[in-house]
Amino acid sequence: MSAPKQVATGDRAILPKGARTIPIFVMGKRYDVPETLTIMKAMEFAGFKFLRGAGCRGGICGACPTVYRKEGDYKLYFGLACQTVVEPNMFLAQIPFYPANRAQYDIETIEPLADVVHSLYPELFRCVACNNCTKACPMHVEVLDYVSAIKQGDLARAAKLSFDCIQCGMCASRCMGELPQYHIAQLVRRLFGKYIQPRAQHLQKRVGEIESGKYDAMLSGLEKMNHAELEKLYKEREREPDMVPLGTWMPKDVSHL
Amino acid sequence: MAIEISEKTIKHEFIEKINQLSAQDISMCFQCGTCGGACPMSARMATLPRKIMRMLQLGMEERILELETGWECASCHACTVNCPRGIDLARVMEAVRLLVLRKNINKIEPSRLPAAAVRELPQIALVSGFRKLTS
Amino acid sequence: MKVSYYPGCTLKTKAKHLEDSALASLAALGVDVRELPRWNCCGAVHSLADDDLIHHVAPVRDLVRAMDEGSDRLVTLCSMCYNSLARANLLMRNDEVKRKTINDFMTEENDYHGEVEVEHLITFLRDTLGWDNLRAKLKAPLTGMKIASYYGCTLVRPKDVAIEPASGRVINEFVEALGARAVDFGASTVCCGSYQVLAHPDSVTEVVGRIIQSATDAGADALILSCPLCEYNLVKNQEELLQKQKIARRLPVFYFSQLLAMALGLGPESYRPDMNDAASVEFLKSKNFPVGSTAIRP
Repeated sequence: MSAPKQVATGDRAILPKGARTIPIFVMGKRYDVPETLTIMKAMEFAGFKFLRGAGCRGGICGACPTVYRKEGDYKLYFGLACQTVVEPNMFLAQIPFYPANRAQYDIETIEPLADVVHSLYPELFRCVACNNCTKACPMHVEVLDYVSAIKQGDLARAAKLSFDCIQCGMCASRCMGELPQYHIAQLVRRLFGKYIQPRAQHLQKRVGEIESGKYDAMLSGLEKMNHAELEKLYKEREREPDMVPLGTWMPKDVSHL
Repeated sequence: MAIEISEKTIKHEFIEKINQLSAQDISMCFQCGTCGGACPMSARMATLPRKIMRMLQLGMEERILELETGWECASCHACTVNCPRGIDLARVMEAVRLLVLRKNINKIEPSRLPAAAVRELPQIALVSGFRKLTS
Repeated sequence: MKVSYYPGCTLKTKAKHLEDSALASLAALGVDVRELPRWNCCGAVHSLADDDLIHHVAPVRDLVRAMDEGSDRLVTLCSMCYNSLARANLLMRNDEVKRKTINDFMTEENDYHGEVEVEHLITFLRDTLGWDNLRAKLKAPLTGMKIASYYGCTLVRPKDVAIEPASGRVINEFVEALGARAVDFGASTVCCGSYQVLAHPDSVTEVVGRIIQSATDAGADALILSCPLCEYNLVKNQEELLQKQKIARRLPVFYFSQLLAMALGLGPESYRPDMNDAASVEFLKSKNFPVGSTAIRP
């Protein structure tokens, strides 16, 4: 038997016909909320108003990490309130902020060395490899692996492994060694981006062209156009067709390339 | 200074806790002193392990937790392999340390180590030191 | 037989000369070992409290990684890693209750029961290659060198993970297989003070003085070891000890694998004297071993 069809409710406070509600427990109190909502929307439906603990609502700002349990299950679950759909009888609390030690450094003057990261965050070596950090990550980052890579001195690997981190802090909330994993990883990515990653040659070339005035004439031409002229230019612009194989299309006018 | 030792002063629960944590029977010790003789750190130890063992047997909880001996141990197991009574003293020292560490008290503070020292020390020094000396 | 290699964190940075010399030597000897593709810190020290299982998780996770690779053996170079991994392995083999608790905690990993054998490279060389075969492959035997074999603690204690019975002499045998003379000395199994460098550095300096002087008194002109923390303590403290006249002279200190690479006739890019201290580099020069371009460490 297939599950009964769900009716989307959107932001409506008065539910459309056929929409069902389920019980969830926010900080211990029961609320009946539409079954199709995310945790964030469901909490707003229930009357909560977010001053903190909500940001982009698109799963990337890291402001709305939520920890929850399911009825009869010992396990802890983690998710972003703006991305996780409610389940019946989930018990949840938001943890919009978790205190974590953040070292002071000047990115312009520090050296991109593992030793430097170690000295800024010696607590790295209190990691016991319990892996609770990885289990808590709503972005499925292999946190233990990047922590290990930093201890092993492989900053490039750590920067790549931690790339999806959104700094929500759930790793730190679960850490037995009291590490601020996400701050350490941010330092490593900054070092990687500034000092280790190879420079993009084409970007440097283009910046040089801009600075040497190659596009000045074109830009001042645009500035002098009126609305109708700009609209015409825009509508008649040469456009790369959809889905053309990479490297097979060139515009007829290459004077700006 | 006279020390009162009586049924009133002996902390039996403390003795039991040390026995449980270390999985050893501290009453086995007969204070021969082989442990201190084998200990690489004993040259600068104010209280040798033999004495700690006796104090443990007498349940002198407060005195023991104030002493430095457990914190001077390098977990090298020289005492353990040489003990004629088969006591694993390294485990007893760990138990003594843990009674302090488990109250969220650190012996050394990782955040206060000089940056230059951390940059220079091998990772295994930091890992092992933090495991033995921080909570 | 499939052999995995566990480097340990320190071998990737401060003890690179231990790793580089060992891997170059194994390649020269035709021994195939593969580094685990994924590994974490071994924990460095074994947790000794009966109720403290979480601190066994780190080494056990590494053993799981080796098992998942289909390896029978996990070879280590660092004595501390060896000790930590080997003891965790014994625990997982012998203690049914703790094994279950640890496996249950690590829900994301395969269950481990002690499937992998943990071995230190020295005994691995003896048992898989044999000293005679090693001798046959030497291109620059260390003839005339008098080498103190320093075991420290983690290779020989506690007894259940000792690389051999206390009466054994595996590092001495190794030194002699390389063509040098192994020098016995009283402090060969005295601990260097280990992590007490963090809390009681003066006690460490004191015991290092005894170890160095004991080796020097026995007639050694260099000392070998296999632990980066021993190396750090034994090298770092010598200048102060010399100033205070607690030791007669600075004693060169090498990793066992550095001497192996030298005796196999490999170049300095393999045995990495650039990561040794000045006294050790001078010693190599006096024995006519090329030292390459060295940025001398004080």
